[in-house]
Amino acid sequence: MNLNLDPNIPDPDGFYQELIDSQRDMTDAQAQMVNCKLILVLANHIGDRAVLSEALKVAGGRVGGE
Amino acid sequence: MLKTYTYPKFAHRRSAEQAEGRVVRHPAVVIGAGPIGLTAALDFGKRGIATVVLDDNDTVSIGSRAVCYAKRPLEIWNRLGCATPMVEKGVSWKVGKVFFENDLRYRFDLLPEADHEMPAMINLQQYYLEEYLIEAIGGLANVDLRWKHKVIALRQEADHAVLTVETPDGIFTMEADWVVACDGANSDTRKMVGAEFTGRFFQDRFLIADVVMKADFPTERWFWFDPPFHRNQSTLLHKQSDDVWRIDFQLGWDADPNEEKKPEKVIPRLKAMLGEDTEFELEWVSIYQFACRRIDQFRHGRVIFAGDAAHQVSPFGARGANTGVQDIDNLGWKLKLVLDGAAPEALIDSYHEERAFAADDNLLQSTRSTDFITPKSEMSRRFRNAVLELAADHAFARPLVNSGRLSTPTPYVGSSLVTPDEEAFASKMAPGTNCADAPVTVDGRDDWLLHHLGDGFTVLTFGPAPTKAVRRGEIEAKVVSIGEDVVDVKGLVAARYDGAAGTTYLVRPDQHVAARWRAFDAAKIAAAIARASAAGGETP
Repeated sequence: MNLNLDPNIPDPDGFYQELIDSQRDMTDAQAQMVNCKLILVLANHIGDRAVLSEALKVAGGRVGGE
Repeated sequence: MLKTYTYPKFAHRRSAEQAEGRVVRHPAVVIGAGPIGLTAALDFGKRGIATVVLDDNDTVSIGSRAVCYAKRPLEIWNRLGCATPMVEKGVSWKVGKVFFENDLRYRFDLLPEADHEMPAMINLQQYYLEEYLIEAIGGLANVDLRWKHKVIALRQEADHAVLTVETPDGIFTMEADWVVACDGANSDTRKMVGAEFTGRFFQDRFLIADVVMKADFPTERWFWFDPPFHRNQSTLLHKQSDDVWRIDFQLGWDADPNEEKKPEKVIPRLKAMLGEDTEFELEWVSIYQFACRRIDQFRHGRVIFAGDAAHQVSPFGARGANTGVQDIDNLGWKLKLVLDGAAPEALIDSYHEERAFAADDNLLQSTRSTDFITPKSEMSRRFRNAVLELAADHAFARPLVNSGRLSTPTPYVGSSLVTPDEEAFASKMAPGTNCADAPVTVDGRDDWLLHHLGDGFTVLTFGPAPTKAVRRGEIEAKVVSIGEDVVDVKGLVAARYDGAAGTTYLVRPDQHVAARWRAFDAAKIAAAIARASAAGGETP
């Protein structure tokens, strides 16, 4: 499986609004905790190590022991 | 402060060589009588290497120090005949609990596989362990334990090393074909040979305390992240024998080690944790900063490094002493073959190849645990806490919780000494792996498979043995037939080794698999012995 970087969410505006709304009334610390959990939940759902590494790279993370 | 244990004091004796001013060349000199040096002495002695042990002190470990001993080191000590008192005195445990803030978030069970002679893990104070090792060494005429002997200089010659040793009687010189340095993380020997010892130092300090108390805590490993009694830090509680409990407090980098060690600082911390009403006494306390480092080369000329002198890991996961004992397990038989002229010196270099590989594996595991336990940034702390919060309700997050991965042996995958499989096997006993134990009977008596492995090379064959031994050069491997010599009473040898009739394993003296085949072929076995003794893979 390759990391899918093509549009894949059927309802982009609706999803984006839900994402922003989900953290609207939170402090930065609370929102960061939600984001961390979200990353972990989604990473587990994907479960493919190569795809996860690819996603980390696309997000600007350093990957591969640099 | 110590109350449950009386430290023995070992007499310093002047050796004949010092008294007479003779320079004697010894086959093996071990520096340091800690758990690793003592294991070396016992292993070398049992294998027939005359060994002198030098230690600058005259008693056992002060304080409990290394506490957890895993199955593999226990199997090694069992091979050396001293595991029984350890297991009897030690505390067996298998459940671990992880708390975050006020709540239990995760519980694990080591779930030891049944039908192994040794338990998955015991907790035992290091001083008891050393005492039992010293007792076992007492039965060996070829091991000379010398207390109050401090090595102050070391010089390397082409085929030996020259040691300058200071004792209460003055200074004398001794020579050794091989020096085995087991003198700990601050090894002076390592400095004397100019070896590099590099890696990561963690900017954090830990307080470790041995506490005597009659407490209702179960015999489990309890680990707290950010508990109410010790905010923003971690704490560990672990039971040892004699109602002694090990408690670790993470203190942070700014803590003043000398201040934090004082009972007036330690006791309030313990009261906050244990409750005002719990009666306890503080036995021993120490502060440490941990590091994950390893020596550049495990062999420097005629000096070989083992244990913390060769590699230092953080304590989470019980990898220090456990991996050190496996260093010795790997080294003893190689040293014996080389000293006897039965294998080339290159065999000693395979000690670096295999044990540096294991050390790197341990360092990786240990560094990962440390990064989880002591996050280095706010964001990594948030990720850590997110894992802990998710773990309570969601199974997926539990494998991410890392309060220390407990020590398991590293298979020597890809080692130049092992012969790769030619055929398919459905078992974990791949070449390079340590042999799994299993119950057997011999002449109707209950016995264990591992008792039949480790005395030199052994050929294990399922079904009738075509011959009693296979010889290659100076090395003879005795053949043990599963069915004739030992009976696979529960069928577990066959299950664990995928032992269809004819299946044959070559097992090294350290009970690791050197090679395996689907049929007994003496020429292939001889070639595998040659390869496992660094004599080249070709038949003689």
